[in-house]
Amino acid sequence: MSERSFLNDGVTLRSWLITRDHKRIAILFSIAITAFFFVGGLAATWIRIELATPKGDVVSADTYNKLFTIHGIVMVWFFLIPSIPTTLGNFLLPIMIGARDLAFPRLNLASFYIYILGGIFTLITVIAGGVDTGWTFYTPYSTMFSNSYVLLAAAGVFIVGFSSIFTGLNFIVTVHTMRAPGMKWFRMPLFVWAMYSTSIVMVLATPVLAMVLALIAIERIAGIGIFDPALGGDPILFQHLFWFYSHPAVYIMVLPAMGVVSEIITCFARKKIFGYKFMVYAIAAIGVIGFMVWGHHMFVSGQSMYSGLVFSLLSFLVAVPSAIKVFNWTATLYKGSISFEAPMIYALGFVGLFLIGGLTGLFLAAAAVDVHLTQTYFVVAHFHYIMVGGAVMAYLGGIHYWWPKITGRLYHERSAQLSAALMFCGFNLTFFPQFLLGYLGMPRRYHEYADRFQMLNVLSSAGAVILALAYVAPLVYLTWSLFRGERAPANPWHAKGLEWTVSSPPPTHNFAHPPTVPDEPYSYSPESR
Amino acid sequence: MSNPSVRTLRLYLIVWLALMALVALTVASAYVKLSGFNLVTSMLISAAKTALVMTLYMELRREHGTTVVFALTGFFWLILMIAPTVADIATR
Amino acid sequence: MNTATERLHEQFDTSRQQLKASKLGMWTFLATEVLLFGALFCVYSFYRFQYPQGYALGSKHTDVVLGTIETIILLTSSLTMALAIRAIRLAQRRTSIALLLTTAAFGVSFLAIHATEYVHEWHEHLFPGHTFDATLRAVSGTEMFFTLYYVMTGLHALHVTIGLTVLLVLVELTRRNRFSPTYFTPVELGGLYWHLVDIVWIFLFPLFYLVSRT
Repeated sequence: MSERSFLNDGVTLRSWLITRDHKRIAILFSIAITAFFFVGGLAATWIRIELATPKGDVVSADTYNKLFTIHGIVMVWFFLIPSIPTTLGNFLLPIMIGARDLAFPRLNLASFYIYILGGIFTLITVIAGGVDTGWTFYTPYSTMFSNSYVLLAAAGVFIVGFSSIFTGLNFIVTVHTMRAPGMKWFRMPLFVWAMYSTSIVMVLATPVLAMVLALIAIERIAGIGIFDPALGGDPILFQHLFWFYSHPAVYIMVLPAMGVVSEIITCFARKKIFGYKFMVYAIAAIGVIGFMVWGHHMFVSGQSMYSGLVFSLLSFLVAVPSAIKVFNWTATLYKGSISFEAPMIYALGFVGLFLIGGLTGLFLAAAAVDVHLTQTYFVVAHFHYIMVGGAVMAYLGGIHYWWPKITGRLYHERSAQLSAALMFCGFNLTFFPQFLLGYLGMPRRYHEYADRFQMLNVLSSAGAVILALAYVAPLVYLTWSLFRGERAPANPWHAKGLEWTVSSPPPTHNFAHPPTVPDEPYSYSPESR
Repeated sequence: MSNPSVRTLRLYLIVWLALMALVALTVASAYVKLSGFNLVTSMLISAAKTALVMTLYMELRREHGTTVVFALTGFFWLILMIAPTVADIATR
Repeated sequence: MNTATERLHEQFDTSRQQLKASKLGMWTFLATEVLLFGALFCVYSFYRFQYPQGYALGSKHTDVVLGTIETIILLTSSLTMALAIRAIRLAQRRTSIALLLTTAAFGVSFLAIHATEYVHEWHEHLFPGHTFDATLRAVSGTEMFFTLYYVMTGLHALHVTIGLTVLLVLVELTRRNRFSPTYFTPVELGGLYWHLVDIVWIFLFPLFYLVSRT
């Protein structure tokens, strides 16, 4: 019963490697980012092994520096930033708006190969001996003192940045020009809005990263001082330029996750999203205000006190649209008809963990409190709650939710539910103790620590074991489903949205005829379960 | 298939003359001591040249509002980057 | 007369949609270029605030005559670029090729004059590093001014070179009759890129050559 779909439309390796089909490109990306996730995860494993005991006895300090650096570089640029956009975004965006493909399919393929090229540079960096500057490349260490492979690492990130820019450009143009007749802006699923906002951030922020990395390279190679105080430069300027990109970057990571969560919660609560327009405005507000808060990474750097004040205020402000989204998801659940399939467990997990991550962000946004918490494990816990408890869980939720659509197979629900629950527990055990550690004063990026911090560190490392298992489990049962899973119908979840009106998996050109666009998105009703 | 009426040669040449005049103006004004306002003047003149090139050579005048927003967004975002950065060094 | 129409790519429904997407895509790309150069303008602004005397002194050592000539050349090249597109709209293929080549020639002259500037500056000890003029270095920020001068004009020159390549490709495609009054999207897009390169210089010129001439 193997009908023609995008999966079997051409079965040679070549047909996959030079495909222009957004759906195949999505799958290529998903394989690549999964591989990099485990590379970054391997570095994390070493870190947690080292930190199980107070002494620095597993690796040297230098090696530890390289471990957390590569963990950050790989996880940020080769996993989190591309994850949802290049996999779920690539696959779903055209279908959700009723289009046959993205505006620029060849650019999409180029984006993939540029990602791979950047990845190769990064892997070479690791094999050659690593980089030890932290993923933040702060000067003057990165420009003048580090003896590690800074240029190689910077080159890898520079290159992969263009992958980001091209994907963002493609999405923006697609949403503007390729919506099916009747697909007005305020009829689009929130996932599309999220991809759109993310793309704007990608396009406007990433070039600045490219430039600042180029400046580090120039300084390192030519010895001329853009950031060198002896030559009149200011290291804080590096931080301004770096964080101008890197703060919006975290919204590149979280906005898509929020988009996924809106799709899942509405489906499994059988209820339309509460406050659709406010959700859209919130997505836009996060994207824009997110550009105005970067100085909260620099409260103790030496920047002007008045700058600190303004950045602190704006950082409080950017929490508002995020909070609105959390309220609206909650309101959507209220009086909904809720079921707990795996995607829903992931989505609910996102809401709870993002809430904690977001609130602790406010602690850090308060400049006076930040003076004590900065560069401690509190910060590490905060961003992992959002990046891992939030973004990664949303990504996995989305993978599960759309798995039947993408692969044409159903995964084993019980395994997935257990895995999701295990992940939630493992995650909290890993990262909650880190809030306490930070509060108690344990600094980050150190391979050893005072004896009194050991118990919390042991809990954290134990949690990491559980978390690791919860990450491996989907690899197993999802792969199994590819070969033995039950064939999926077009709409196994009885969900709304154009993607559920096409077959599972979809045909190569998505729609034979322009689809009929529903009057409003999420036209669920809790009664009709 | 965009084929609005083709502009006259005259229009393009007038724009060019205006641009040349602005170059002369910007060079001349640099020789007048205006202290802080030299920078403001030269930036305003550059903005005027940019506006001419964008509206008439890059044909923004004929494009949808969306395109105009796309064209201007980059410049607006520069303000978001430069103003707070300079504000930092200015208020230390 | 050539009535070449573009191939309608399968993801698009109409040529109009395809053209709209192409142009919007180009404008989006130009926005990324603005941010790319913008980061350098940010560095420039930061240090200009910190070192007004250094910038003023450094600027006096740039060649305002050559700089002005370069500005005139690039602005004129924008004229010829716009006229080249106009010529295609009027089905004047040979004229458009001539105008595209003229635009490219202006670009080459720009680079040549710039190279001359760099050579002079090298001999005048205006390259940052251990060869930099000691008396100038004594004024804080002068060396930084020149560092930025080379980085920013260098990046700009790289973009001019890319633009030249684009122009030559367009010349060849025009020669092969690929465009017509109803289809000339690549030329239009190439033109947008060239104009942006011009706009960057419009700002670079006063910021480096005209800081203080009094």
